[in-house]
Amino acid sequence: MEFFKLKTHIDFMRWRHAAFTLSGTLTVIALLFLGFRGLNLGIDFTGGSVIEVSYAEAVDLEPVRAALARNGFEDAIVQHFGTARDVLVRLAPRPGVEQKQLGDRVLEALRGASSAGVELRRVEVVGPQIGEEITEQGGLAMLAALAAILVYVSLRFEFRFALGSVLALFHDVIIVLGFFAVTWIEFDLTAFAAILAVIGYSLNDTIVVYDRIREDFRKVRRGSTIEIVNLALNETLSRTVMTGVTTLLVLFALMAFGGELLHSFTIALLVGVLFGMYSSIYVASALALALGVSRADLMPAQKEGADTRP
Amino acid sequence: MLNRYPLWKYLMVVGVLLVGALYALPNLYGEEPAIQVSALRGAQVDAALEQRLLDALRAAGTNPQGSEVSEGRLLVRFLGTEEQLKAQDVARTTLGDGFVVALNLAPATPGWLQALNALPMYLGLDLRGGVHFLLEVDMPAAVRQADERYMNDARSLLREEKIRYKAVTRREDGGFSVAFADAAERAKAEERLRRAFGDLAVTQEEVGGDYLLWFRLTEPAVRAIKHFALHQNLTTLRNRVNELGVAEPVIQQQGESRVVVQLPGVQDTARAKEILGATATLEFRMVDEEHAGPKDIEEALAGRVPVNARLYRDRDGRAILLDKRVIITGDYITDAASGIEQQSGTPAVFITLDGRGAGIMSDRSKDNVGKRMAVVFIENKSETRRGADGEPVRVKRTVEEVINVAVIRERLGKRFQISGLDDPEEARNLALLLRAGALAAPMEIAEERTVGPSLGADNVRQGFLASVTGLALSFLFMITYYRFFGLVAGMALLFNVVLTLAVMSMLQATLTLPGIAGIVLSVGMAVDANVLIYERVREELRNGTTPQAAIHAGYERAFGTILDSNVTTIIAALALFGLGSGPIKGFAVTLIIGIATSMFTAIIGTRAVINLIYGGRRVAALSI
Repeated sequence: MEFFKLKTHIDFMRWRHAAFTLSGTLTVIALLFLGFRGLNLGIDFTGGSVIEVSYAEAVDLEPVRAALARNGFEDAIVQHFGTARDVLVRLAPRPGVEQKQLGDRVLEALRGASSAGVELRRVEVVGPQIGEEITEQGGLAMLAALAAILVYVSLRFEFRFALGSVLALFHDVIIVLGFFAVTWIEFDLTAFAAILAVIGYSLNDTIVVYDRIREDFRKVRRGSTIEIVNLALNETLSRTVMTGVTTLLVLFALMAFGGELLHSFTIALLVGVLFGMYSSIYVASALALALGVSRADLMPAQKEGADTRP
Repeated sequence: MLNRYPLWKYLMVVGVLLVGALYALPNLYGEEPAIQVSALRGAQVDAALEQRLLDALRAAGTNPQGSEVSEGRLLVRFLGTEEQLKAQDVARTTLGDGFVVALNLAPATPGWLQALNALPMYLGLDLRGGVHFLLEVDMPAAVRQADERYMNDARSLLREEKIRYKAVTRREDGGFSVAFADAAERAKAEERLRRAFGDLAVTQEEVGGDYLLWFRLTEPAVRAIKHFALHQNLTTLRNRVNELGVAEPVIQQQGESRVVVQLPGVQDTARAKEILGATATLEFRMVDEEHAGPKDIEEALAGRVPVNARLYRDRDGRAILLDKRVIITGDYITDAASGIEQQSGTPAVFITLDGRGAGIMSDRSKDNVGKRMAVVFIENKSETRRGADGEPVRVKRTVEEVINVAVIRERLGKRFQISGLDDPEEARNLALLLRAGALAAPMEIAEERTVGPSLGADNVRQGFLASVTGLALSFLFMITYYRFFGLVAGMALLFNVVLTLAVMSMLQATLTLPGIAGIVLSVGMAVDANVLIYERVREELRNGTTPQAAIHAGYERAFGTILDSNVTTIIAALALFGLGSGPIKGFAVTLIIGIATSMFTAIIGTRAVINLIYGGRRVAALSI
């Protein structure tokens, strides 16, 4: 079986201006949402508490909310988690209040909400300071990863390629974050991990394409820069689609069976992988082109004196 | 001839796969319910105890499946959880207070695998259930306490030396200042206090006609105080967790002021928190020498305790009568360290008291030289007992225990020692208990994560299902698209998972739910290497290259690309690893291992199979 029986000759670069517009628009929208609305950050980042319980039978949320309010948790956010029996209670950090007994007190309150038995599934209490630290460390980790990648790609390729790939990464990361801001899906630590995985994945794609562009520049002596880039994209198209599809398959499996805890992780990866495929073609390659990559930049190093260019 | 591996390469591939399969194998055996017996201070877990317990268990009608003693712990396995629970009760009544009996799940790894050091991976708390606490030691409080002690010391020292001072006050900008009416008094005081307080920096100041001495803790002193506070808390936590009876607890320092406590399998977090937060104190009391004879003790045991005495027991259960009046409590202890006494060369514990404590101790001990003084360790614990109706009842109780009795040889002061201990181990234990009982810097729970057993089990089930489905889908897709070559790639995927598990088991790394996601994701990424190679092979074939040359060129040309893309993913994963939060670290670890092993299985592994099938002969067409 082959998706592309014959060599494809798609003129990808013809639409690069349209793609730039699209990417630019999406990035701006994402940034606007991130700037004005922000992310629905999980307690890993904000501090606070999450208590997940499972009732023996399906429960309505209203009595649960009422029971919590009676016990002094008026600000609790209560929602079903996966099934109608599982309930998730979220509390903002409470400065001054003894964190220690919080989980137990909430559980006590929840017991009163229904005659059905309650089983504690999970309690997470994160102090506000820890949240701040994780946020800070997370930001640093991401910057460190991007810097290390920039260095590696510039060593292996040309600086303009490296710049193109890192810009493509920023594009992907901003789009995924923007997706979270628009949909208001909770952004927790696993989603953050997924973003770093997206960085890895998207770069993977970009490098495969760059590798091919470099190879084709050296191999095919005729043709304009645009034609060479198109050729490389067509040659790697089958691989891009193939790997993308298998990764998506795996992610669907995670989505279907991985459970609620991996939900935002999977979402972040799904969005990231889709945009990673697109960005390696239209952002990374087109950017390298726009930044003025030419055949001369990619030729193997010439012997001294052989180079006659000024 | 193209595409032939030398024999050693085939052997290497087979060897790696066999070793991988062997070390991944323990994860298939699962776990057996067991009880774990560990000794509290003083008691010993040995073969005799093992025999005694096994006899009692058999007599009670349970059927132990096996038992072993390792690292001072006795493990007895059972077939079902019901028997396990019954055995726990039997063990508790048989062994008494000196031992902790915990429920545990012991890996059911067969002996021959254990002999090869092949052990299953460690499951994270999100998979096995349990509690994770991050405790923060209140360092400002620790420093404040130190300041407080120095202030008291300064007051009593100045009084002793008959130096007149106006006031000792705490300062907002750190430390404290002592005010004097004139410069001469101040000079006298400075000379004395400097000698006594080597840890403090002193500055002279004149404010509103007062002559001040400003004392501040030096940087190294502050560091030492923080270090001490953290270690004191670590020690205390270790002791308490031991009493909690948890199998495989983790108590670790994290950073400069935090302690991580992980208690796998613990559900009753309220109880865990109570015990971790239990308080212990110390009291120094004189031995009632007038009623020290065996007859008096007997009388006292029968309920006739002398008026001025109280009956205590030491750790071996021997009764002793102590004076009703307390000399000092542990609040006055600032440090306790074990070491060797210079003169006698015997192990000793060196105790440092604060100023007030030293004053009292000196007063009381000067009249009691030649008499015995006892150290009583008092702990407030709460524990669950079965009431008359069989219902568990939570009981708070105070345990008082004489941990040391020593003769006072001379008048005691700020620093004194308890010598004549039997061995260094005993000295260490005593110092530890003294520190545990001394005033520790308060701790706060900065982070708590509890995962119930049902959620843990669900996570395992879902993670397993997701991995199997993901793997199966990739496998099928590869076969449909690349036919025989796809089958080879699919087999490589399987082995990649096996190798990942093997490496994780060898490293005894912790598997978490995000870790499982990492394995699943690395499956998706491992496919990429084979896709790259196969697309190259197809391309070469389309360009009219012979099958053999196409295979060769495919593998050769794709290698650089695969390396580049994997290195960059590993860079991203390393950054995640550095972030270092438990479950996420698990994700980074599996991703890194998965990618590293996929380089072997997807490139060398598949090449070996393809070389074996197609290599070294004339091939008309490839099944790709």
